[in-house]
Amino acid sequence: MSDLFHVSTAPHTRSSFTTRNIMRDVVIALIPASLFGVYNFGLRALSVILVTVIACILTEYVYCKGMKKKVMVGDYSAAVTGLLLALNLPASIPFWIAALGGVFAILVVKMVFGGLGQNIMNPALAARVFLLISFPARMAVYTVEKMNSTGVIDIIKNGALAIDGVSGATPLTGMKAGQSVDLFKMFVGNIGGTIGETSAAAILLGALYLVMRKVISLRIPLSYIVSFAVFILLFGQKGFDTEFLLAHILGGGLLLGAFFMATDYVTSPVSRTGQIVFGIMLGVLTGIFRLFAGEAPEGVSYAIIFCNLLVPLIDKATVPKFFGMERVADGK
Amino acid sequence: MGKSTFPGGIHTYDGKELTMDKHTTVLLPKGDLVYPMAQHIGAPAKPIVAKGDKVLIGQKIGEASGMISSNIISSVSGTVKAVEKRLTVSGNMIESIIIENDNEYQKVEGFGENRDYTKLSKADIRNYIKEAGIVGLGGAGFPTNVKLTPKDDSKIDYVIVNAAECEPYLTSDYRMLLEEPENIIGGLKIIMQLFENARGIVAIEDNKPEAIRIMQELTASEEKIDVRVLKTKYPQGGERQLIYAVTERKLNSKKLPADVGCVVDNVDTVIAIYNAVAKSTPLIRKIVTVSGDAIRNPQNFNVAIGIDYAEILEAAGGFIERPEKMVSGGPLMGIALYTCNVPVIKTSSALLGFLKDKAAVEESPCIRCGKCAEKCPLNLLPFQLAAFGDRSDEENFVRLGGLECCNCSCCTYICPAKRNLNQSINQTKNSVLAKRRRA
Repeated sequence: MSDLFHVSTAPHTRSSFTTRNIMRDVVIALIPASLFGVYNFGLRALSVILVTVIACILTEYVYCKGMKKKVMVGDYSAAVTGLLLALNLPASIPFWIAALGGVFAILVVKMVFGGLGQNIMNPALAARVFLLISFPARMAVYTVEKMNSTGVIDIIKNGALAIDGVSGATPLTGMKAGQSVDLFKMFVGNIGGTIGETSAAAILLGALYLVMRKVISLRIPLSYIVSFAVFILLFGQKGFDTEFLLAHILGGGLLLGAFFMATDYVTSPVSRTGQIVFGIMLGVLTGIFRLFAGEAPEGVSYAIIFCNLLVPLIDKATVPKFFGMERVADGK
Repeated sequence: MGKSTFPGGIHTYDGKELTMDKHTTVLLPKGDLVYPMAQHIGAPAKPIVAKGDKVLIGQKIGEASGMISSNIISSVSGTVKAVEKRLTVSGNMIESIIIENDNEYQKVEGFGENRDYTKLSKADIRNYIKEAGIVGLGGAGFPTNVKLTPKDDSKIDYVIVNAAECEPYLTSDYRMLLEEPENIIGGLKIIMQLFENARGIVAIEDNKPEAIRIMQELTASEEKIDVRVLKTKYPQGGERQLIYAVTERKLNSKKLPADVGCVVDNVDTVIAIYNAVAKSTPLIRKIVTVSGDAIRNPQNFNVAIGIDYAEILEAAGGFIERPEKMVSGGPLMGIALYTCNVPVIKTSSALLGFLKDKAAVEESPCIRCGKCAEKCPLNLLPFQLAAFGDRSDEENFVRLGGLECCNCSCCTYICPAKRNLNQSINQTKNSVLAKRRRA
């Protein structure tokens, strides 16, 4: 039958846009934050990144092989999960815990629910929360022992602005204790925190790339950050204190969460209205967790995975109006 | 006045440079001509000739059977060889009249005579259009006389000539804008004679500056005719998108253009109307773009309806290399052909040959990126509709507006997971509509 041409339904052409390209763009966009994490916390941060990425990819590979499913690790999605997980862990985390997080993210949160596109929560964040609950003490150690043996890092550190001891506490914990914060440091990222969340500058650079490549829109991040800011202004009991406000926005995982986790396609609403509703819910919830949830200084992860679960409902409530279904103004 | 564009839509490689600067070549048929009785929307025509009958150019050989149907006219003179089922573009075997061409091109009496259309009554105009077998030549194939007979003529305030030609590769309308602009304006004036309150609009995408210039020059002195320049975007030539771009009026799938005071006809249809009414020439020719990376000499041909696609392909120099895919129509809405041995019908617009079949890609899971929803000109959620379709959940499919889908395929084109959304949606839509018709 080789003399017959292919037949298929229309269209007979396709864009060059692929899932793989999208995931690769996300990886590229995470490079600045990752590099800064390594710069800030030393080679140990790099090791954590490698451990989680490898754990995620291996888990997916082994699962697919074991279940006799098509292996799709080449689509970079497992790598994105691993990278995001690492960026949400402190550099001091024991490797086995990091690896366990990777396995949990892929196996329990992603593959068991049906693999790519089927998970009901962001795998990296769900794994982070799993680790936070299971190993609360380990997860809160933000100090890194100086890795003096690694000369290269030392040279970079000494050559550039010297980081005099990455502080043990994140600015948010400090703020709760009544300390003042250095906003410039927070923007650049010379502060304590998880590997990828400290540098607002690096995160925004990556986010800019994603927006320019049209991988994400600003609807979720902006509605998230703005509603969070409004919440802090209303309930922060500091009045209009810009320093307090900016510290809250720059500190913790808010920016990383808003641009890289809340925008995860699978676990966020699709319609424009739905995305804004989702962003506002995230902002309010994060505000509640941060201001009123006692000991936990960080509420982004909890807020995002909680709202992830509400996405089907949001989607259902925000089905867009079809073209031509609106009342036409001129009555024609 | 509208915004000259519409929400959603896609930008693709348009491939028009392959053929747009080449003059249309008239191609005479060599082999037999095949006239399927169903080449329009509505009831198939009934053959009124039998094997052995002599026929002339312009002779009616198939008679419209019912309100929504259309006549079939012979495009050559010769002998009826058979009336039998033949393979058509759609892939179906359809009852067809096969005519052996005697190469003498004898015409029926009165064929080609000039007629002063300004003196004709509305009923006469509509009758000439009906008799000429004119249907929507842009691809829909809806009988034009029916379209031009709304409930109330006076409520039509726009007659729009659809010269958007938004499908990639197609340049047949563009060539007509350059080569027969007077006939387009003539046809538009004839239509406007039916609708006393209407303004005429020639709507052209801005990637055709030469056509825009010619049309503007030609209509400079026309008080009731304007040229509208539209932004280039697929599917700008879709009826609902075009009406919105020109008038800002929105149309859903349950309404007709006439319900919002519009009549839309494609360039080639308007020329056919002019020929039928002013030149006593029924619909017997078609301009077909032959293009694509597999074709040696891509160009436009002026052919007799009924000619075999293979003959046109040969006239275009055949293949540079054997293509994986042949398409009748544009790459976004056209029909794939497994063989080129099918006849050109009224709605044929192009024959495209592609070395690589870009649709032959593996699907991966939907990641809910929402690109399909962003590009959908009807503001639907294609990924959701396709998912409902795949699990035969027709209730939710309808609730989410699945029946509104216009089949433009933007969703499938853009999908990063290469999912065949349009196929799932269209199949479900047809299933729902079929059940409703039976009910």
